[in-house]
Amino acid sequence: MTQDIFKRTIDMNSIIPTHNIGIDYDALVQSDRAHTSLYKDERIFDEEMEKIFYSTWVWVAHASEIPEGGSYKTINIGKQPVVVVRDRKKKVHVLLNRCRHRAATVCEHKKGKTNSFVCPYHGWSYALDGSLRGVPSPESYGDCLDKSELPLVSLRVEEYNGMIFASFKEDIQPLEEFLGPAKKWIDLFMKQGAGYPIKVLGEHRFRFPGNWKIQLENTTDAYHFPLVHKSFLSSVDEKTEELFNFENQPGFVEDLGNGHSVMVMIPELVDLDEELMERPIQERFEDLAQALRDEGHEELEVRRIVRAVGGSGFNLNLFPNIACSMAFFRVLQPISVAETEIHHSVITMDGGPQIANQYRLRLHEHFQGPFGFGTPDDSEAWERVQHGANAGNDLWIMLNRGLPGEVKTEDGLKSDVSAETGMRAAYQQWKKMMTA
Amino acid sequence: MNMNLQLLNEVTAFIWAEADMLDHSEYREWLNLWNEKGVYIIPIDPNLTDYENNLNYAYDDNHMRTLRVERLENGEAISTAPKANTVRSVSRVRLVQDQDDEIVLRCAQNLREFRKENLKHYTADITYHLTRDATTGFKINRKIINLVNSTDTLAGISYIL
Repeated sequence: MTQDIFKRTIDMNSIIPTHNIGIDYDALVQSDRAHTSLYKDERIFDEEMEKIFYSTWVWVAHASEIPEGGSYKTINIGKQPVVVVRDRKKKVHVLLNRCRHRAATVCEHKKGKTNSFVCPYHGWSYALDGSLRGVPSPESYGDCLDKSELPLVSLRVEEYNGMIFASFKEDIQPLEEFLGPAKKWIDLFMKQGAGYPIKVLGEHRFRFPGNWKIQLENTTDAYHFPLVHKSFLSSVDEKTEELFNFENQPGFVEDLGNGHSVMVMIPELVDLDEELMERPIQERFEDLAQALRDEGHEELEVRRIVRAVGGSGFNLNLFPNIACSMAFFRVLQPISVAETEIHHSVITMDGGPQIANQYRLRLHEHFQGPFGFGTPDDSEAWERVQHGANAGNDLWIMLNRGLPGEVKTEDGLKSDVSAETGMRAAYQQWKKMMTA
Repeated sequence: MNMNLQLLNEVTAFIWAEADMLDHSEYREWLNLWNEKGVYIIPIDPNLTDYENNLNYAYDDNHMRTLRVERLENGEAISTAPKANTVRSVSRVRLVQDQDDEIVLRCAQNLREFRKENLKHYTADITYHLTRDATTGFKINRKIINLVNSTDTLAGISYIL
């Protein structure tokens, strides 16, 4: 059956323009596999922008990135540039980065602080909430320009525990409902502030030549870790290497609904506040612990901070574009069908001990980013997936690992730590949205 | 302009030798060029010069430099196989400071990388902090590599800039 579907697509491609012909998404994603065309068909990519990125909640910022009135950052939702800004009353707005006059962007900085957004082309100026404040030389418009009709387009914005999401759709469910059981994992993840507010202090940004879903899958893929990250594992001490040996621990992957999933790799680091005094401090953090003691921190506080510095023992994958991944935020940004941009945002403790934050920064640099010991190898593997997907147009991406052991839970489905349960969850949500 | 041409020649010869070692994967010799407490830094935001308290692409102390060399040599990383071929040119060398036993110099580096099917180009402004050394001439205290496109998205770099 599946081969027939693909033949049909090919035949249609060769005879007539295909842009008006519906793709049978239902057939392209099955319960244990996804069709290779999902990585490389431009029509599918274009429709993903509409049906996924412009139709659901998309993560745009952590609250700490825009701390004060006037603080802003720019980012894309799908392919559309937006400005995420906090107004003077501390309300967050997500505005399309496009002047209502002749479309020029009103902001080209990655982040900053401002009183207003002024279009550089003809000087139209907008307030922090997007309202059009001033138009130079307005007399030529006579009475044909109503400023109240031309604010920067403002999207729906909702926030959960510092995670700010935006949506083009007014009629979809509230954010908290969309997150569902993922909320409690977000709460657990935020414990790595060790009692201090979490602060994003910067990010590694890089691109790889491959489809965005390859990266989406990877955040819930423990199977690749010992192989792709062998070089990273060789660079850490023995105890840390043991900690990263996920296969020997009772971890799991759980489908949390709406395409979200959690992969618990290190179960003892799920709740960072648990048994702080009972469990030993990891060898690699002994110097840090002593430095904190020397600074006068109480032992419980020392242990809370040290535990938090190492990060959480799980990856929370939120469909479609954000992950709370062990110790950082992974932001995914589709560029084209075969190119994806990734941001790895480093998390620090706002007002926390400087030495502890330095440890976090160095740990992040060790694995993440274009010069890290982990990211370049991930990137290489994903590039190879995209390259290899050029072969075998009728083949499938197999997602059946861990199926036999999968059990129902209160929140969804659960299987072993290296199961592809999280990928199946994401692809089922993909199918649901693409066929809606 | 009063220039110490002899010192300029000496430090230039030193950083040319360093560049040649990196292009020819002579990493052990390269490690020997460093002071024990030296730091190799690739910043992200050129305006943030408190490197220790900000996120960088690399902030390698002696331990991390050694690990990085091992990573490049042991063949375990798929991003190093096949390995990238690099050729770098170092020029526009200027002595910025020579006092308190430390010499600070700035130079331009243009590096071409070829790996698999891709030729890439990285241009950087590099600042060296050197001390004089009886055997190698100089030792590196600090090397700060400011890529001109450091705030842009980069691709994986599995060699030493």
